[in-house]
Amino acid sequence: MTAAGLIFSNIHDAAVPELTGRRTMASIPFAGRYRLIDFALSSMVNSGVTKVGIITHYNYRSLLDHLGNGKDWDLARRQGGIKILPPFITAYDNTTAGRLYTTRLEALMGVMNFIDHCPEDTIVLSDCDVICNVDLQPVMAAHERTGADITLVTADVPAGENAIDSHAEVPVTDKDGRLIDIAPYAGQTGTVTICTDILLVRRTYLRQAVQSAVSHGYRSFYRDVVWRNREQARIFTYGYDGFFARVNSLASYFSATMRLLDHDERVRLFYRHDQPIFTKIRNSAPTRYVPGCRVTGSLVADGCIIEGTVENSVLFRGVKVGRGAVVRNAILMQDTVVGDNTRLSCVITDKNAVIRDGRELCGHETLPFYIDKGMTV
Amino acid sequence: MFKKKECVAMLLAGGQGSRLYALTAKTAKPAVTFGGKYRIIDFTLSNCVHSGIDTVGVLTQYQPLALNEYIGTGLPWDLDRNLGGVRILPPYQAKKGADWYRGTANAIYQNLPFIERYNAEYVLVLSGDHIYRMDYAKMLAAHKKSGAACTVAVIEVPIEEASRFGIMTTDEENRIVKFTEKPKHPDSTKASMGIYIFTRDVLTKYLKADAVDPKSENDFGKNIIPTMLAAGEIMMAYPFSGYWKDVGTIDSLWQANMDILGKEPVLPLYDDEWRILSRHENAPPQYIGEDAVVENASITEGCEILGTVRNSVLGENVRVMAGALVEDAVLMGDTYVGAGAVVRYAVIDRGVRIEANATVGKPKTEAAGITVIGEGVCVAAGETVADGAIVYDEEKEEAK
Repeated sequence: MTAAGLIFSNIHDAAVPELTGRRTMASIPFAGRYRLIDFALSSMVNSGVTKVGIITHYNYRSLLDHLGNGKDWDLARRQGGIKILPPFITAYDNTTAGRLYTTRLEALMGVMNFIDHCPEDTIVLSDCDVICNVDLQPVMAAHERTGADITLVTADVPAGENAIDSHAEVPVTDKDGRLIDIAPYAGQTGTVTICTDILLVRRTYLRQAVQSAVSHGYRSFYRDVVWRNREQARIFTYGYDGFFARVNSLASYFSATMRLLDHDERVRLFYRHDQPIFTKIRNSAPTRYVPGCRVTGSLVADGCIIEGTVENSVLFRGVKVGRGAVVRNAILMQDTVVGDNTRLSCVITDKNAVIRDGRELCGHETLPFYIDKGMTV
Repeated sequence: MFKKKECVAMLLAGGQGSRLYALTAKTAKPAVTFGGKYRIIDFTLSNCVHSGIDTVGVLTQYQPLALNEYIGTGLPWDLDRNLGGVRILPPYQAKKGADWYRGTANAIYQNLPFIERYNAEYVLVLSGDHIYRMDYAKMLAAHKKSGAACTVAVIEVPIEEASRFGIMTTDEENRIVKFTEKPKHPDSTKASMGIYIFTRDVLTKYLKADAVDPKSENDFGKNIIPTMLAAGEIMMAYPFSGYWKDVGTIDSLWQANMDILGKEPVLPLYDDEWRILSRHENAPPQYIGEDAVVENASITEGCEILGTVRNSVLGENVRVMAGALVEDAVLMGDTYVGAGAVVRYAVIDRGVRIEANATVGKPKTEAAGITVIGEGVCVAAGETVADGAIVYDEEKEEAK
């Protein structure tokens, strides 16, 4: 079986307006040195999927900057590699084909050219709001074994977890794992199985189902392609059991980040055998812990210079923490400068934020205090 | 068609680094880890790139595997160019016979076709075992301005240390009037940094003459420079001030690592305009545990620190377990320091395992010397490695 990938970089942007004001969901910084798209891309590359189309819609400058020619994911290739798929808008064309798409289904219709020209027999679809490290090889094997048209990758998450919101799709399957229904989350307790929005689709089926749905005037991929065809098509699920988190609000972004301060969670996400998470190389110097600093329970990327106290926090590359500063439960993105004698608690600073000397900022884990990109406080 | 390059760099990376033997048993000296996430050669390569020199020949001979693999296509330094870029130049078999590089000058002599291929007017000769940041473009400008046959970069050293270096005596215009290799009674404090710019035609002439001289040791410092000086060529000294260190001994390697620490490091690495570029693994950010103590340290990606780390430089994927102590040490990477183990005043190569409650070295103030542990060695639980000891896997070496 051969597979090509398709990544939707914008689809859930509206869920975290703070972080997506000037970037795509795909390029939201995460865990000190990554962007959310790194998880989907690494998972594909590690599973041998080396032709990846990235569907972009708007705000994609930061994404293009992050991806470059794809070399950091080993995707700078003459055959395959990264293919950026921006909206193809034809000037003076008033038909639907020339319009900016708004749904997943329309986006797929918009990149039909890419799908048509793939010699691969399977397309792996992924969104960028999920943080996981899926080995797609066994999923592909199951997809082939069951002769499925669609295989949905599912994850079991504890009810009440942020990954489940009112839009969560809960697949209902028979004993063979074949999909019989997709129900909205109805307040179940215990563990809930949800769709990860990572799915494998037989390429010819995808093509035919999307075109058919569009010609019927349907708008939703999940409702009109997956759910409507659940009886005619062979749709199966595959349970993924590694680290899984979904970013659908600033609070869930905060909690997903903080989960990584736990050793076992880091092992589940980052240290799966032969499945490293790749990201853009920045060539930062190592982090320097200056005499007098106190750092505990924190995840720290390279290039930081720490003089103050940092507890239970995540520091991205190039963060500076001044003398006498106390940073607790905070996420400080790339090149944030924290002045001397400041106090930060439950704060998320976006890139290049500057906290002047002596400032005190405090949020709560359910409502983290967010400081916008490049802002000076 | 080849486009001309004004200046090509020839980087001498073939040295065995015998004084670092435990660290260079399997690796050429330029490929020894430095400062946590660099190799020694990264400094020279980064200097080249930042100075606008995009054609670099790396002359290798001794244990080149790790170095070749590390340099690869040159991608981390942007030296994967269509024209030029970085090229590994090993000794080769020619029509008239094959030969190892018999000396630094002979290595360049055997690769004159490389320089001719780019029709370079100037040749920058570098060694791959020094730690410094220098703009070669400025030195080249000085060389062109003076019209010299050769310009040698020099640095001021304390007079009491001058007898360890090649010393240049200059007139007031910086023209070299005398060169003495390791003088007993130095009359100048200008030490050669082993960085030369030659005008190509002159260099070619002297290298060809040197190659047929049976008495010559084919070395730049011993033969080429003195011969050129004796022949009355214009040779200029280019004074450099700033950080420069030859990391040819365990002590200097340890000290240079320590120089990146502190509030105002002697060797700053945080200059965005002059980043030291390197090839490195994609490891997650470092994690500092809840009970960890980290004081004055440089730590990089993939590390997990649960114990105490003081005055130390840690490379990628170092794990320091709870209750362990790492002090005044250089851990090059992929090191495991078990619970309760103590590592003090030491240089630990890649892939070393120090099991629980083992003791390596003594506190710096009491130690007889720096303890060195070579690549892949395992120190068993509870075992002690004496201060100043040098441990490396000889058996594995002999089996090769």
